[in-house]
Order: sequence, then structure tokens, then C-alpha cells
Amino acid sequence: MTIESISMAKALNSGLRKALADDPKVLLMGEDIGPLGGVFRVTEGLQAEFGDKRVLDTPLAESGIIGTAIGLAMRGYRPVCEIQFDGFIFPGFDQITSQLAKLTNRHEGTLSLPVVIRVPYGGHIGAVEHHQESPEAYFAHTPGLRVVSPSTPHDAYWMIQEAIASNDPVVFFEPKSRYWPKGDVQTEASDTPLHSSRVVRAGTELTLVGHGAMLAMMLQAAQIAEEEGTSIEVIDLRSISPIDFEPIIASVQKTGRLIVAQEAPGFVSVASEIAATVTERCFYSLEAPVLRVTGFDTPFPPAKLETVYLPDADRILEAVDRAMAY
Amino acid sequence: MSYTAATVQLLSPEGSLVTSDASAEYLPYVEKLSDEQLREFHRQMVVIRRFDIEAANLQRQGQLALWIPSLGQEAAQVGSGFAARPHDHIFPAYREHVIARIRGVDPIKIIEMLRGISHGGWDPAENNNFHLYTLVIGSQALHATGYAMGIQLDGLTATGNPDADEAVIVYFGDGATSQGDVSEAFVFAASYQTPQVFFLQNNHWAISVPVSRQSRTPLYLRSSGFGIPGVQIDGNDVLASYAVTSANLDAARGGEGPRFIEALTYRMGAHTTSDDPTKYRDADDLDFWSHADPITRFETYLRSRGEGDAFFAEVATEGDDLASDVRKRTLELGSPPASKMFEHVYSDPHPLMDSQRAWLEGYEAAFEGGEE
Repeated sequence: MTIESISMAKALNSGLRKALADDPKVLLMGEDIGPLGGVFRVTEGLQAEFGDKRVLDTPLAESGIIGTAIGLAMRGYRPVCEIQFDGFIFPGFDQITSQLAKLTNRHEGTLSLPVVIRVPYGGHIGAVEHHQESPEAYFAHTPGLRVVSPSTPHDAYWMIQEAIASNDPVVFFEPKSRYWPKGDVQTEASDTPLHSSRVVRAGTELTLVGHGAMLAMMLQAAQIAEEEGTSIEVIDLRSISPIDFEPIIASVQKTGRLIVAQEAPGFVSVASEIAATVTERCFYSLEAPVLRVTGFDTPFPPAKLETVYLPDADRILEAVDRAMAY
Repeated sequence: MSYTAATVQLLSPEGSLVTSDASAEYLPYVEKLSDEQLREFHRQMVVIRRFDIEAANLQRQGQLALWIPSLGQEAAQVGSGFAARPHDHIFPAYREHVIARIRGVDPIKIIEMLRGISHGGWDPAENNNFHLYTLVIGSQALHATGYAMGIQLDGLTATGNPDADEAVIVYFGDGATSQGDVSEAFVFAASYQTPQVFFLQNNHWAISVPVSRQSRTPLYLRSSGFGIPGVQIDGNDVLASYAVTSANLDAARGGEGPRFIEALTYRMGAHTTSDDPTKYRDADDLDFWSHADPITRFETYLRSRGEGDAFFAEVATEGDDLASDVRKRTLELGSPPASKMFEHVYSDPHPLMDSQRAWLEGYEAAFEGGEE
């Protein structure tokens, strides 16, 4: 069936409800996720429905949340942790990178750690410091973790369930500026595997790749470019680690031009990795250097400057002009 | 820091049972121990000390990258280790070699870690729930707490059947008490009333930093602010370690929530073979704690109960046998295959692991073919 016109926050809520109903070992844990339903209401109503032994309001300690989730996973549970905001993941960073990411390896495969860490991330919400960041590169750089980010309500509904079904730890980045725009969700079956990228708009002259909230910007830019006579193919990355390069390679071999867009700072980032890999694998197809459109390499600025800091359709189109000039 | 008026001691450094108001609560646990169990306590302490010395020698001879001695801490470990029931889960730090052995871990697995062959590698499920060593100080306190939360969620405390009830014991040192993860573990354990015992071996040194730098108050008082009862024991008294841990694990299994034990002991050796304690501690301390040695006092106690020379000779031989067996097997250890790097990074298939393993195989095959 189709759930029509639902927000990503509600789609995630539906996906989490389905996961809780399907598997009694699935637990939700985090700060304020019980009666409040989380600061973004993603878990609204779930504690009332499943009880406080399935949906745990935790003490306010991110390392404690991740560290105890590891122990619960050792016991056979599948914990889904909510980190309240992107910038608050760092108190849990050690447990994520030194323990969660490495314990399966340390156990030489006798231990699986199916832990999902949900992280609302990114800007465009006018919030204070530590509430608008995009820290995905730290986790993509860490062997042992998987990292994904949906861009639509439909993907959010399916990807959260697929992340929970994964036997490996998954850091699940939710683009918080996309929590409220609505879209349709098909609930019969997932149409794309979790770690697949996907062409969402066909084009012939240039390829645009990005993830999360950047998708809306890229589609807007592609629309404007088409009106101005340039045909752009847009690819939703969806999975940040591992990256499904095949659709990107195939697209660049066709278009000869690639721009990677992201909210995160560009230095040593997901965009850097895509640029390097595409250059290695598509060198003779490229008509222009691979360009990156990213946040600046500064701390996320005070909110009055966020529209200057964050890439928008105009910044993407400026790069399109540069790429097309070759 | 040394023994205080609050320190629970059942066996004095002179090797005689202590009767006091404090010990009365715990002596019944000791009275239930058979002669064979008492002999086993001694056997494990002696044999692991011999193994420990051999492993340190192997390091000095270039056969191990590092060794982590447990010399002097045998009673704290043996007593508490035997207090855990087979179905309890044990989360060690990285110095609990004798508990590993009690739970069935082949000591060569510890050697392999310190020879650069593995990062751990034993399966807790195959080794009586003895989990892997954790080298980041204090991290395991949270894993243990999460595991205990799982026991609680499974409803396996206070079932009315003590054999079905489960608990967790987690080990850490005095340095770890300064880590946020240990405090966060106290918070979560108290909040969810987990069935677990926090077992602190206060060996008085975090490498070169004395415990007085970690805490201005006796550490057994630390947990009470979190709502967790704490008790201080003479960690060089194997009977106190066994009895007090047994009592607290019983309470945890019985649904009374988490408990905290501070075992006062002393790191008689170096932190690791990379350390040099002569640079920072004085001989007086060593004299005091040598007098409080866990093995000497327990031997005196066993002899007072009628144990004869034959037993002590047998145990010494067993230690020598283990040492020579470990030495022989250490020298026979090979290197892991390069492909091991890519195995088990993930549980599910992963394209980057596949492509990099294939690349490395091709790269190495090029050399085997004699081509450059």
C-alpha cells in the first residue's frame, strides 16, 4: 500500500514501529525519546505502544548510551540509539570508534553488533552551536561502521528498518531539515538495497552526487540548469559507507562531468573520497575536473550566517558553470 | 592508601582467620568451602604467578611485544573469579589472567595478544562467559552494564530460582575510576538497578600515578553517591575476595541492584614490561605489601589446617609445567595470514573488504611469480 503525503519524521516513526513490532529484540534508547517522543518527535507514541522496556529513556550521557547498547547487543538485543543532535555525538565517539566499530574484529567474527545510531544532522534549522553539524566523515573513515543517510520519507521508512536488520553497526544520519517536507511511502517492499546509490533524475551533460538534505538542493539546481539548457543527472548517494560507486561511475562515463555536493566541510570529506575514486576509475571519461561544493572549512557559523555557509542551488550552479566551461 | 578500619579482612597477613563484626557477615561463605576448593584457590594463585613470571621472561627475551603482570593481585582475582557462577558473565580489564584461566581460556590466547597475533580472539560463549580484554581504560564498565540491563530485561533476576538468576561482574583498576565511562556505568547501573558487581582492584598505581592523584577519598565511598552500596576488602585475602564477592553477586542476582567492591591490593611488579617503577615508588611500600602477600598467607593458613608438603610441591610442579608448556607453544606460534586483516571487520559482506583483499592477494602473488 501507499502512505500518501507523510513527513520523514512520521515515516521514521512508522519504520521504527514496524521494527519494534516485527522483532522483540529491537529496543529504542536515548534522551527524551519516551513520553516526549524525542526532540523531533520521531519516536512519538512508541513508548506508550511498546512500553518502557522496549523504548528506554536513558540518563543524559552519550557514551553511556552507546556503551550500554554494546552490552545489550552482546546479550542479543538490537538497540537503536538516538543521539539528540549531531554535535552531541562526540561524548559517545570513543565508544563508537574504539569499541562498537572494532568489537566484531576483536572477537574474530564470533560477535555481531547490530546497533543503530540515529543522528539528526545538518543545517537549515536556524539553531544554536552544536545543533547543525554534519559529522558523517568521521564515521565513514572508521572501519567497522556502516553509514547511511536517507533523503526522502520513502527511503527513511525502509532504510531505518534495513539498518536495524543489519548485523553490523550502522550510523544513521537523518537530515533534520527534511524531517517536515512530505512525500509518499510505498510499504509493500523496499525498492533499493540499503547500501545502494540511485539515479533520481536522468541527464546527459553533468552528474551531481550528494546525500541527505543536499538532494533537494541538487534537484532544484538541475531543474534551473535544464531551463537554461544544461542536462544534469542527479544521484542520491544514500549510503556513505560503503559507497555504491557503480551508478556514479556509469553516469560519469556518460556525462563526463561530476560535481559532489554536501553540507559538511570539504577538507578530507565524503566529497573528497568520491572525487578521488571517480578520478581513478573514470580518468579518460572526464571532460572537466571533479568539483566539490561543500560547507566552508570553518565551524558551523551562527545561524544568521547559515545560508551563506550552506551550499544552495546557486552555489551548485556556479560549479556547473565552471565544469561546463571545460 | 592502605588498609582502613572499614577494610573487610577474613584472613590476616599472618594467615589466621579474623573474627570481627565485619567478618561475621561473610564467614559463612568461607565455612561452606570444601578442602578441595581451598586447595584450588591456592593452586590457581601459585600457577598463575609462575605463568606470569614466565611470560615476563618471554618478553625480556624478545618473544612478546609486551607483558602485563598480575603479580601480587592473585587473591583479589582468584577469590572473586571463583565467586562468579558458571552462567554469570565476566568483563575483565586486561590483567585478570587467572580468571581467564579459571573460566577456561587457554593462556596461550593471552600470549597471542601480546605477541602481535590477535587483538583478543577467544569466544566468550566458548569460554564460560569470560569476555575479551579491553585496553581502553574503563570502557568495559559500560558494556558490562548494558549486558546486565539485558539480563534485567530478560527477567532473569529474582526469579525465585537462584540457579536461573544471572549477574555480571566487571573488573577495573584505580586509574579507571577517573574515567567518565566508569561514572556513567554507575549512573546507568543505579538507574536501571542492574544485576552486577563492580569490582575495583585498587593496586595503588595507574602506571606511575599513585591512587592519591585519582581520588582524595577512599574509593569504596565513590559509589554511594551514585546510589550503589560499596565495600572495601583486603584484596590480598583470597577468602575475603571470595566471600564478599559471593555475597554481592547473590544480592545482584536476587534483584537488589548493583554493588561495588574495592579490593585493596598492590601491583608488585611494573604496569607492563615497558614501565620502570624504580623511577617513581619507594621500597617502603613494597615492604609493606610483601608482608601482605596473598600466596604466603594462604599457604600458612592451609598448613595450619593440616595441608602437607606434598600438596605444595605438586602445585609448584604444576606451575613449572604450565610455564614450560607456554614457553614451548609460544616459540611455535606463527604469524597470522595477511587475509586475516579483512576477515570479520564486518559481519555482513562488504565490498571494500572484498576488493582490498583481492588486491592484496594479487599484489603478493606477483612477487611469488618471481615478477617485479
